[in-house]
Amino acid sequence: MSPLADQLLVLVMLINIVMLGSSRLFFSIRAVAVQGVILGILPGLIHPFSAHLAGITISIILVKGFVIPSLLNDAVHKAHIRREVEPFIGYVSTLLLGAVSTALAFVFAEKLPLASEHQALLIVPASIATLMTGFLILTTRRKAISQVIGYLVLENGIFVFGLLLTEAMPAMVEAGALLDLLVGIFVMGIVINHISREFSSIDTSRLRDLREEE
Amino acid sequence: MLTALVLVPLIGAVAAWFIPDNRLRPLVLPVVAFAHLALTAVLLADTPPPSGGGWFWLDPLGKVVLLCISMLFTVCSVYAVGYLRFRKELSNRVLCGGLLVCLSAMGMVTISQHLGILWVALETTTVSIAPLIYFNHNARSIEATWKYLLICSVGIALALLGLLFLAYSTYIAHHEATLYLGSLISYARELNPEWLHAASIFLLVGYGSKMGLAPLHTWKPDAYGEAPGLVGAILAGGLVSCAVLSILRVYQICLASGTEIVFFKQALVGMGLVSMAFAAVFMAHQSDFKRMLAYSSVEHVGIIAIGLGLGKGALFGALFHLLNNGLTKGGLFLSSGNIHRSYGKKTTDVVRGALVRIPWSAGLFLAGFIAITGSPPFSPFISEYTIISNAFIDGRYLVAGLFLFFLAVVFIGMALTVLPMVMGEPPADADIEPNGYKDQVLTVGPPLFMMLVILALGVWPPEFLTALLRDGAAMLEAAP
Repeated sequence: MSPLADQLLVLVMLINIVMLGSSRLFFSIRAVAVQGVILGILPGLIHPFSAHLAGITISIILVKGFVIPSLLNDAVHKAHIRREVEPFIGYVSTLLLGAVSTALAFVFAEKLPLASEHQALLIVPASIATLMTGFLILTTRRKAISQVIGYLVLENGIFVFGLLLTEAMPAMVEAGALLDLLVGIFVMGIVINHISREFSSIDTSRLRDLREEE
Repeated sequence: MLTALVLVPLIGAVAAWFIPDNRLRPLVLPVVAFAHLALTAVLLADTPPPSGGGWFWLDPLGKVVLLCISMLFTVCSVYAVGYLRFRKELSNRVLCGGLLVCLSAMGMVTISQHLGILWVALETTTVSIAPLIYFNHNARSIEATWKYLLICSVGIALALLGLLFLAYSTYIAHHEATLYLGSLISYARELNPEWLHAASIFLLVGYGSKMGLAPLHTWKPDAYGEAPGLVGAILAGGLVSCAVLSILRVYQICLASGTEIVFFKQALVGMGLVSMAFAAVFMAHQSDFKRMLAYSSVEHVGIIAIGLGLGKGALFGALFHLLNNGLTKGGLFLSSGNIHRSYGKKTTDVVRGALVRIPWSAGLFLAGFIAITGSPPFSPFISEYTIISNAFIDGRYLVAGLFLFFLAVVFIGMALTVLPMVMGEPPADADIEPNGYKDQVLTVGPPLFMMLVILALGVWPPEFLTALLRDGAAMLEAAP
């Protein structure tokens, strides 16, 4: 594990915090794209070179760094919105929650029964912190686009954990998972367009027709 | 052969996408479905050896699910031809393509012996069915689609994390991470117990939300309520069965580990009972009959989970119930789709006296209600009875008592919605928007066939099926 990889993982965690504090959607999309590109570079720094690895690196950078962000940008343009307004919990509070959960992630990772060669690494705490951030964004933001971004951050957190064991996932599964993610975001983008057309807003708190009658 | 099972529907999907004519396109569905059914029959009769390094193999558990999916899809595909004639105004390109991609992915789920591939296939089913919930293009259906897509995507992402934990437990044990089911089962006793425990929790939550076990079921009433009856049938019978199969794979690993299975079984029984309780509460006074069916689906995944959690003799019942639930829900959703079409509404304030207005569909709906609530002579009775009697044999009186109580409450709740729907005088024609729906062979035949199948299974279950279910149950009973 090179010091560069450690620094990149710190950067991943910093991006989490930045995203929690930002209300501008284009900025959040760009941040999640940068996070995706970093995740693409990381396997190359941690594991020895192979054709499998090169394939993963290129496809992750392409999908997470470029294709998905452009799909999201498209959706934001079509929906004519710029920022997240009035999240369920304010920015300062979510920032604080994010910082606390990052700190807790370090404490928690200490306690996990990791293999001895993984104990000193930043991978596990970074993964837990990113997962928590994803959940925070998913649950506290109103706009459909922000929820998709939260889902992406969650997925990134899972991916960071996967750095511990790239050999468990054969290339076919990696490719399949990435393709599913891509198609999933594509469908979500289309649904967002329809939501904005149908409700003249992509505020998901307006999605409340379907519930049990009192 | 196994490749064909996945490829044939995909080719069909591409063909459906490129057929320009809205009237001819639905015909692809039955063509592919009958080919798929024939392939399934051949595969069940003469199972090929594992291929692709053991990653693809149709074991008895996979066979049960494949049989259920293939029969259900075939029936739905015939129905689709009749149904889409009434929906000429909407393009059915996405519907036909999505259904076939979903069929292909469901086939993949049944043959995967590698948990990573299984996960990818299951995620594909989620993504491919989502646009179909939005078939009616209105505000309510977009809301349902969004909830379904987001909750299931997050759920299944958690399952991926669970898989990584599982792989990590093999890494600690052997310094070589794998997700191949065969190796996981053979190493199971050496796996790191803490990581295995974490993995089983995450997998249960992830696949449980896809399966719709309470309290992770919140997307279900919305999605089932707003999707066309045809898509509801595939969701309730096909996708649920695939999610159960994924849980069964985790079950196999926990079982082989010897220790983890105790927790896993308790969790299944607990979630199963909670699901039945939720269903019982929300079924009462449910005026929307499609949402009612969704809660019935929550109830029945609960029953399956309880059967799996009890183990031993109840396993046979649980696997049989998986099949029965899939097929009965098919009949119910298809006939409820007809009723919805005929009245243009799906709430009981308008839908009354259906037996007079559309006698065939209403009769089938009534029969489906009798079957799904576990009344003889239909086959769900046998599977539910097997689970209850084994609960008593094992001395699990509390579980058995609650199970019976919830069944009774659900029966009453469902009857209060269903009986006023089908009985009595229909509202005057002036109160119903004219839509030209009449019962036809193509829309009544498929649910009728489905009800005949579960009647036959209940009266005289064929020898090959009981043998198959016994083989499946044996895989879940004791470590190999």
